[in-house]
Amino acid sequence: MRKQNIHIIYLLFIMVLSLTTSCRKSEEGEDIITSTGTKVTDGIKAPEVKGFFLLNEGNMGSNKASIDYFDYETGIYTKNIYAERNPDVVKELGDVGNDIQIYNGKLYAVINCSNLIEVMDINTAKHIATISVPNCRYITFEGKYAYISSYAGPVSIDPNARLGYVAKIDLDTYKEVDQCLVGYQPEMMVVVDGMLYVANSGGYRVPNYDNTVSVINLSTFKEVKKIEVAVNLRNMVSDDNGNIYVASQGDYYGVPSATYIIDTKDHSVSGVLNPLPNSDMTICDGDIYLYGTPWSYTTGDYSVNYAVVDTKTQKVTTQNFITDGTDKKIKRPYGIAVNPETKEFFVTDATNYVTPGMVYCFNPDGTKKWEVRAGDIPAHIVFTYKKLQNI
Amino acid sequence: MVRRFLYSLLLFHIYICIPQPTFAQQKETKSETKAQKVYHINNVVVHGIKTVKEVTPVQVLSGNELKKLSVHSVADAMRYFSGVQLKDFGGVGGLKTINVRSMGSHHVGVFYDGIQLGNAQNGIVDLGRFSLDNMEAVSMYNGQKSAIFQPAKDFASASAIYMVTRKPILDEDKDYNVNMSLKGGSFKTINPSILWEQRINENVSSSISAEYMYTSGEYKFKYAKINGYDTTQMRENGDVRSLRVEAALFGTINDGEWKAKAYYYDSERGYPGAVVREEPGKFKNQDRQWDKNFFAQGSFRKTISPAYRLLINGKYAYDYLHYLSDPRLDASTMYVNNKYQQQEGYVSAANLFTIFDWWSASLSTDFQLNTLDADLVNFVHPKRSTLLNAVATSIRFDKFKLQMSLLHTFVHDKIDNTLDNTTNRDEFTPTAVASYKPFDLVDLNFRAFYKRVFRMPTLNDLYYTFIGNKNLDPEYTNQYNIGLTYNKNFGNRWIENMEFQIDGYLNQVENKIIAMPTSNQFRWTMINLGYVEIHGVDVALRGNFRIREVGLNARISYTYQDAKDLTDPTSDYYGGQVPYIPWHSGSAILGFDYNNWSLNYSFIYTGERYETVANIKENYVQPWYTHDIALTKEVDFEKVSLRFTAEVNNILNQQYEVVQSYPMPGTNFKLKINILL
Repeated sequence: MRKQNIHIIYLLFIMVLSLTTSCRKSEEGEDIITSTGTKVTDGIKAPEVKGFFLLNEGNMGSNKASIDYFDYETGIYTKNIYAERNPDVVKELGDVGNDIQIYNGKLYAVINCSNLIEVMDINTAKHIATISVPNCRYITFEGKYAYISSYAGPVSIDPNARLGYVAKIDLDTYKEVDQCLVGYQPEMMVVVDGMLYVANSGGYRVPNYDNTVSVINLSTFKEVKKIEVAVNLRNMVSDDNGNIYVASQGDYYGVPSATYIIDTKDHSVSGVLNPLPNSDMTICDGDIYLYGTPWSYTTGDYSVNYAVVDTKTQKVTTQNFITDGTDKKIKRPYGIAVNPETKEFFVTDATNYVTPGMVYCFNPDGTKKWEVRAGDIPAHIVFTYKKLQNI
Repeated sequence: MVRRFLYSLLLFHIYICIPQPTFAQQKETKSETKAQKVYHINNVVVHGIKTVKEVTPVQVLSGNELKKLSVHSVADAMRYFSGVQLKDFGGVGGLKTINVRSMGSHHVGVFYDGIQLGNAQNGIVDLGRFSLDNMEAVSMYNGQKSAIFQPAKDFASASAIYMVTRKPILDEDKDYNVNMSLKGGSFKTINPSILWEQRINENVSSSISAEYMYTSGEYKFKYAKINGYDTTQMRENGDVRSLRVEAALFGTINDGEWKAKAYYYDSERGYPGAVVREEPGKFKNQDRQWDKNFFAQGSFRKTISPAYRLLINGKYAYDYLHYLSDPRLDASTMYVNNKYQQQEGYVSAANLFTIFDWWSASLSTDFQLNTLDADLVNFVHPKRSTLLNAVATSIRFDKFKLQMSLLHTFVHDKIDNTLDNTTNRDEFTPTAVASYKPFDLVDLNFRAFYKRVFRMPTLNDLYYTFIGNKNLDPEYTNQYNIGLTYNKNFGNRWIENMEFQIDGYLNQVENKIIAMPTSNQFRWTMINLGYVEIHGVDVALRGNFRIREVGLNARISYTYQDAKDLTDPTSDYYGGQVPYIPWHSGSAILGFDYNNWSLNYSFIYTGERYETVANIKENYVQPWYTHDIALTKEVDFEKVSLRFTAEVNNILNQQYEVVQSYPMPGTNFKLKINILL
């Protein structure tokens, strides 16, 4: 009996020990998550465009916004480059990346739920500064200023009727120098002839969406007009003929998504590309590449469409720019970009949003060139004319 | 020595372990009255009295064992059960829900004094709100309770938690008990409570319990990277103020008993939010929530003839929730100011027919009505009527026991504003449970169960404006379980008793309801798309030891879970481990007592796991483990007993997260004094 007792106590001891020894690597901290490089294609001698940065949004609350880099010379796609290059930035890039742009040798990433814009060196992707803007959405530039759209205007008597604003940021100091109130929940912006056009969504005021584009005179930084277009506006591009294309997301019930054309000369809505659901678009040499993933709460389903629109004729030139059937593999198109030099185009796929998405590269003829796994919700691409160092 | 070591290791790795004692949950068994006799006035049950061997896996924490644990709430206590993963958003006030055997928290039925706590709105009960102050026992059943004389609802969830509050236990020469306690400690926590039990007459007694709690919820936490940043910040806006008042009457009648209870809970709390990158201190989370919960419930049980027994239950519940996110306080947030009101009415009748000594059958019928009102745009004001019928039979021989039940569920939903405004669902789900005891003289039992049951989509899943999808189907679970229990009373000087329990299982979750973003990540909807398969082993080992004056109560639990998401065969992450489910987890409790002193050590281990089904380095989460110690001293005077307790939790000050971006507290302290009159 006695032997058995000792045995049982011994067993208890071993069990506790086994649990405690499956330990954490260090109490000092966790490992920095390093980048992962994948060779996706042959390297080429890239005359102008050396590569691109891709911003993965990451799910809200997960703090998993991340930046990937593709290098043309090596053909290597490198996932998650920010953390290892900036080990001292507390909590890495941040929560929900919403926009990425390059201006005057610097890389700007708008991190929506971190309420800041991360400013990096384009050569090293190293942190330079942050710009603080609450609920920041998109960024654009003109002269020595950056313009950032934000949902978080001053709170009025009715807190539901809270206008958004555009912050004017001095790029020497990264400080806000002026604000201009616009519509509800402003999104993308474009600058045409000294005027800033801002798409107002009103996405938080369901069912009373905003339906306007605000026009701001950049010399006075005052809103001069609101152009009524359609509900729930978000994406915008401008062509070389003084037209702006703005996408309405519809109301997800009866009103479908569509693309409207604004003539900047008289600030009128001059046309509509209908029916052409538009979730995101990009413009390259007068061609607009767009895709739509119109979701309907009425049918509980969504469809996917792709199109190229020639801005000279304002006509759809093709209803499917992916020609080899790869479009069937893409579950949730979430971003689109065209290399201005090679005319290769890129479509990102958010798949199920909670696992890493995909990036597809297509030849100009619409056949797939390569594909690679990115971060969570790959969404925004910006091409760089400077090769990223130490990649 | 080496051989013994290897053998021990082998034993550990094949997980031979133990059954839990079966306590007062078996209310309908005769041993209840016996069990009550071992109660002391001040110390509730020390060790449970064996009743009928449970046929389905059950784990129980009760009496002193529960009292001595350094825990704030029922949720914290549940962590010591094998097969349980607690989802904990941190702090005293953070949401705490449990997930049993990886089927998801919606599949856990939570019962308070015998009647289910409902939440038709989101299907989740926050166990962090239930204090252990007046709790007698907390138990968890896989499948269902292995009694057939119970309401139909008790058959209707994949696993069930029973919280049983203290029932008055009065000495013959004393008409009252008063237990006052005051707790205080880290996070500026102050927590006074009172329990007053009173005999009204020979057959009726009453109990009133009230508790107030305030905590600032503030604590330091640290995030650090090796050769990188190292930041210590303060968790803010996690304050909670809550008040709980309960009043109950308990009565006995000829061959029966009745009880009635009213419960009220009122709280206000801040939501500290996810810790993500930010400009330090610039935009502080200021979201707040107010809750009011009221319910009144009653139960009546009578043995009408040797062949027929009747149990009637009824309940009314009202729940109010107000959530405010105010941009005037935090410029970065959008304005949200919503109020939700839920009402629930419930009646149940259970009938037990004893046909022979060895054969009984039962028929239970429950009806429930739920309404939800909210000031949301285009809200459809759903009303849900649920009718549950359960037929069950139990066969008991000396060596072999068998139970079978069939549950019929009929759900009728009605909503405003649309032509197609009603939905009906009609489902039959079976359960079979068997156990076999091969030897007369050895307390070794083999058991097995199969259960198929479903959960209805919650009213939020179906009808929440802009998210709900009214075409959702129910989410089904299939459970297959085999296991054994072994119990031995040694009766020698060292070991009084040891119990082992081991179960292996396969669970399948079909038609899993998951949230899916639509055209962008700010617009979500609910869909039935998910299939999860879980293979697991639950082990529990328990023993009572005594060396001279020193007693030792030990329990150890271990859980292995391989929970695979098999939703999309084309995905690269097909077969990935389900988010937040560790492969290995376990706990240990060692309770020493010596005269009026007692020392309780508890340990919890949660192994490595991933934050999403993509099991890659970006989503890897380190194991965590906490060590807690509590020291208690009792002092008895003639009419008053005092009990002092000091607790230190997370002694090693481990910095960890249970839920991504929600840091948990480091080392914290608590002092407690109980005055018993």
